[in-house]
Amino acid sequence: MDITSMTAVELGKKLRERELSVAEAVNAFFEQIDRVEGDVHSFVTLNREGALKRAEEVQKQIDGGTLTGPLAGVPVAVKDNLCTKGMLTTCCSKMLENFKPTFTAEAVCNLEKAGAVILGKTNMDEFAMGSTTETSYYGVTRNPRNLNHVPGGSSGGSCAAVAACESPYALGSDTGGSIRQPSSFCGVVGLKPTYGTVSRYGLIAYGSSLDQIGPIAKDVTDCAAILEVIASYDSKDSTSIDRLKYPEGAGLNRAGYDFMSALVNDVSGMRIGIPKDYFGDGLDTEVKEKILSAVKLMEDRGAIVEEFDLSLVKYAIPAYYVIASAEASSNLSRFDGVKYGYRTEEYEGLHNMYKKTRSEGFGAEVKRRIMLGSFVLSSGYYDAYYLKALKTKALIKEAFDRAFASFDVIIAPAAPTTAPELGKSLSDPLKMYLGDIYTISVNLAGLPGISVPVGEDSKGLPIGMQLIGNCFDEHKIIRAAYTLEQTRKTANLRM
Amino acid sequence: MANKISDETIEYVGILAKLELSGEEKEKAKTDMEKMLDYIDTLNELDTEGVTPMSHVFPVNNVFREDVASQKDGRWDTLANAPKSKDNSFKVPKTIG
Repeated sequence: MDITSMTAVELGKKLRERELSVAEAVNAFFEQIDRVEGDVHSFVTLNREGALKRAEEVQKQIDGGTLTGPLAGVPVAVKDNLCTKGMLTTCCSKMLENFKPTFTAEAVCNLEKAGAVILGKTNMDEFAMGSTTETSYYGVTRNPRNLNHVPGGSSGGSCAAVAACESPYALGSDTGGSIRQPSSFCGVVGLKPTYGTVSRYGLIAYGSSLDQIGPIAKDVTDCAAILEVIASYDSKDSTSIDRLKYPEGAGLNRAGYDFMSALVNDVSGMRIGIPKDYFGDGLDTEVKEKILSAVKLMEDRGAIVEEFDLSLVKYAIPAYYVIASAEASSNLSRFDGVKYGYRTEEYEGLHNMYKKTRSEGFGAEVKRRIMLGSFVLSSGYYDAYYLKALKTKALIKEAFDRAFASFDVIIAPAAPTTAPELGKSLSDPLKMYLGDIYTISVNLAGLPGISVPVGEDSKGLPIGMQLIGNCFDEHKIIRAAYTLEQTRKTANLRM
Repeated sequence: MANKISDETIEYVGILAKLELSGEEKEKAKTDMEKMLDYIDTLNELDTEGVTPMSHVFPVNNVFREDVASQKDGRWDTLANAPKSKDNSFKVPKTIG
């Protein structure tokens, strides 16, 4: 039995049926970690002792019949910007190199209640700012599919861990594509839920109005199962939404938490929209071809496919970088060397301590965004930049509202290219930002999106396709993604 | 087009951001910001007259709860993360002259 190549749901079944103990599963993943981690470097903290102790506890609960869910006893890797009580949570920054939270993020708590065992914390771009996992203070993660390439980012460690079978599944966070883009680059499935679906309590904030936590796994079934566990209404997050109550009076039964019920292998009659403006200049031809042939498969299964103009596409990135940087400059002001994390050695007075601490503790990309954010919020520029971006965001949301009046699901690339080579992206930040073109507007509009593998390019690098749904329409994108996955499997196409 | 960031502006933003940049970093920050602002200026092509700025996608309301006292004392755990602490408090440089 090859434990590490199983999906989370398959593994959970073996554990419930006692074909395997939780400790055996945990050990198998640590053995795999020992084999590949020297090359891949997905993790920044490993929880070996804690995981084995926890495995015993969980085993007792499975044996005693108190833990019966699909993820009971299944190990997980957690992105290092999610607080884990007593376990290092660094955001891959020097600023938090010794930070051990006093509480656990709500999404992680939900997983633990369902019997998850944390293997460790995964590498990421510093404070989730980046698209390659190269801005981490703790060194780069390499793409398991080709070690000379980046895994994408910012949840690059989580996606690489799943792709390299170091963990059956992982949690990531997505502010502008940080789950979907690395999932695409690593050939795994990653889902960013509707804003407000998963509590952000305990997620170290980057852009609070955009951040969402989501699952990264080997297949769509796992993503649905994980989302079903981590999604919850939480009074500790003021933007958390009770999906059973919202949207009021919409008359649509689409807001539930039963995501596994959407695993239906059928898209007949489903209306799929292809934004023409997403498939023009700038999109790699191999990526385009693979996505369009996946769309064809769905059409063959009865989906109604139609092209349309989404519009405003080129305004999403500038609006995003204004809003995300503005929120980051505010959110990251808490790192001042007083309450936690790094403090500079020598200083004269309070303000000098703040300045030196922050200048030494943050990396270049983080400083760049804090500076930009402080600028666009400063008096004299607030209206011209920040308010303008918020108005653009409103127009982008309207454009999606119009599109979803005609379509159930919108299909887009996850990224314009496959994974770039290591060391090729950071020298030109603006060029790197442009790579987020297909993912960013989804965050601005608060929509759910899932990236699924649809093949590979001539170099053998994975290509991902993004399925975007209207707010609270996770069920539709899960159903469409699941149908595509099953259809590809039947056709024996390589994932 | 072609935004120009002056030394004074970078200095001022550094104060707002509480960042101390070296001479070289300042020059880099200036070029970076000029390039980004030039790019961001594409938003000016859009007519946003009369559009209400959208900070949150869904209506955000105050969330109220009963003000019930609890007995949780997380002081020691919290202080364990402080770079410097003294007498059950965070230790900082003198703040009032």
